[in-house]
Amino acid sequence: MKKSWLSWFFAALSAVYLIPLLVLLINSFKTKEAITDQVFALPNQETFVGIKNFVRGVTSIRFFQSMGYSLMITVLSVALILLCTSMCAWFLERVGGRFCRGIYFFFVFSMAVPFQMVMFTLPFISDRLGLNSPWTIPLVYLGFGAGLAVFIFTGFIKGIPIEIEEAAMIDGCNPLSTFFRVVLPIMRPTYISVAILQAMWVWNDYLLPTLVLDKTKGYYTIPMAIQSATTDSYGSVDYGAFMALLTLAIIPIIVFYAVGQRHIIKGVISGAVKG
Amino acid sequence: MNKPTARWFPIFLLPTLIAFIIGFAIPFFMGIWLSFCEYATIEEPTFVGFSNYLRVFTADIGFWYSFGFTALFTLVSVVLINLAAFFVALGLTRGIRGTNLFRTVFFMPNLIGGIVLGYIWKMLINYGILIPLFGKDLSYSTAFGFWGLVAVVAWQQIGYMMIIYIAGLQSVPEELIEASRIDGAGRWQTLKNVTIPMVMPSITICTFLTLTNSFKLYDQNLALTDGKPGSTTEMLAMAIRNAYGTTPRAHGTAQAMAVIFFIIVATIALLQLWSTHRREVRQ
Repeated sequence: MKKSWLSWFFAALSAVYLIPLLVLLINSFKTKEAITDQVFALPNQETFVGIKNFVRGVTSIRFFQSMGYSLMITVLSVALILLCTSMCAWFLERVGGRFCRGIYFFFVFSMAVPFQMVMFTLPFISDRLGLNSPWTIPLVYLGFGAGLAVFIFTGFIKGIPIEIEEAAMIDGCNPLSTFFRVVLPIMRPTYISVAILQAMWVWNDYLLPTLVLDKTKGYYTIPMAIQSATTDSYGSVDYGAFMALLTLAIIPIIVFYAVGQRHIIKGVISGAVKG
Repeated sequence: MNKPTARWFPIFLLPTLIAFIIGFAIPFFMGIWLSFCEYATIEEPTFVGFSNYLRVFTADIGFWYSFGFTALFTLVSVVLINLAAFFVALGLTRGIRGTNLFRTVFFMPNLIGGIVLGYIWKMLINYGILIPLFGKDLSYSTAFGFWGLVAVVAWQQIGYMMIIYIAGLQSVPEELIEASRIDGAGRWQTLKNVTIPMVMPSITICTFLTLTNSFKLYDQNLALTDGKPGSTTEMLAMAIRNAYGTTPRAHGTAQAMAVIFFIIVATIALLQLWSTHRREVRQ
C-alpha cells in the first residue's frame, strides 16, 4: 500500500519527461503562428494543417536523401567496425608480445582524445584520400571509433578460455576459420552491444560528417540537414516545417528503441568505460 | 608469442591499423605539430614556437571566459544529474508497479542526438516558457542560455546515469540493509552508512561520465544557444571551432586551444583510471 504513492509519483514524472516529445509532435501539425503563440495548445480547426508541414519540410532540404545517406553511412560504418575491430582485438590479445601491447595501448589512448583535437587536420587528410563521400567515410569512422570497439572486444576475449581455440587449431583450423567458427559465435552478445553503441554514435554524429563530407555534392546526414534547415534560410525560420523535420528525425530512433529496448540499454551502457 | 597466428596479421590487424593511422594517428600528431605553427593552408606551416599557446592564455580571445563558463556548467550539471539519477534509481529498485515502463521512459532521451535535442528544447523553452513569461528568448541573456543547457543535458543524461545506479543498487546484498534496520538504523542512516558506501563504484563512474560529457558538450550548445547572446554561452568545444577563423595566426591558435582541451580531457580520464585502480587494490 505504501508503495503505491511512489508509483503515482513516477507516473507523473514520466509524463513530465515526455512533454518535450509530445509538444514537438502536436506542433508539427500546427500553423507557424500557432506554434509561436501557443506552443502547448492542441491543434484546432483553424490551426491544424495536416501533413503540409511535413511536405514542406521534406522538400525544402531533401530530407529523405539525407535519411538515405545517414542510413547508409551508419550501416556501412557499423559493419566495418564490427568485422575489423573484433578481428583486430582477437589478434592483439592472442598474439601478444611487445608490439601488440604497444598498439593496444594506442587504441586505448585514443579513447581519451576528444574530436576537437583532430577537427582541423582530419578533414584535410580525408579530402586528400577521397574519404569525403558517404561511401568512403565509414573508413574514417573505423579509424576514429576503433579505440572503444577494440577495448570492449578485448575485455570480452580475455574471458574466453584459450583451450577452445587451441582445440580447433589442433583439429586443423587455421586462425581465420578458428575466428569465424569458434570465437565469433561466442562473442555474439558483445557484437550486439558494440553495434548498438557505434550505431547510436554514427547516426547522431554532427561535427565529423559536417567537416569531412563534401557538402558541395549534397552529402548531408540527418543532423547536418536539421542544422542547415535553420541556418541556410535567410529571413525567418519556417517553424511548422522545422517541427515536422524534428519529428521525422526522431521516429527512426523511437522505432529502433521499441524493437530492441533491452539490448539497446545494455549496449549503450557498455560504452560507460569511455572517458 | 603465438607464431602461427602472428603471420596472419595482414588480414586480422592491418585494416583496422591503417584506418586508425589515417583517421586518428596522423591527424592527432599533425594537430600537435600545427599547434606550434601559423598556417594559411595545412601544407605550408611556419614554426612559431609557443606563441600560439601564449596567445590562448594571455590574449583576449575568450579562452578563459569559455573555460570558466564550461567549468561552472560542468559543476552544476554533474551535481544535478547525479543527485536526480541516484534518487530516481532508489525509487525504481523497490519493486513498484510500472518500474520497467518508467525506466524505459527515462532512458529514451539518451538516444536522441544533440542537435535534434537542442532544437526541441529551444522551441519548448522559447515559446513555452521565456516568451510567455518574460517576452524574451534564449538569446536575450547568458543566464537563460546557461540554465537552458543544464535542462537539456539533465533531460538527456539522467536516464543513462539512472541505469548505472540501478545496477549498483541491485548488487547491494539485501541482508546488509536488513541487518542495519535490525540494528535500529533509520532509513536515512541506512542510506548514508550502508547503501552509499556500497554503490561508490557506480558513483565514481557516473561522476566521471557526466564530467567529461558536460565538458565536451558541443551539439546541444550549437543548437540551443549557438553561443548567444554575443558569445557568452560559448563552451570550450564551440570556442575552439569559432576561433579557427581565417588568418594563419587564428588557425594556429585554434589548434593550440584544441591541444589544451585534449590535455584537460585526458587528465580527467587519467584521474578516473587512477581512482578505479586505487579502489580495486583496496578491495
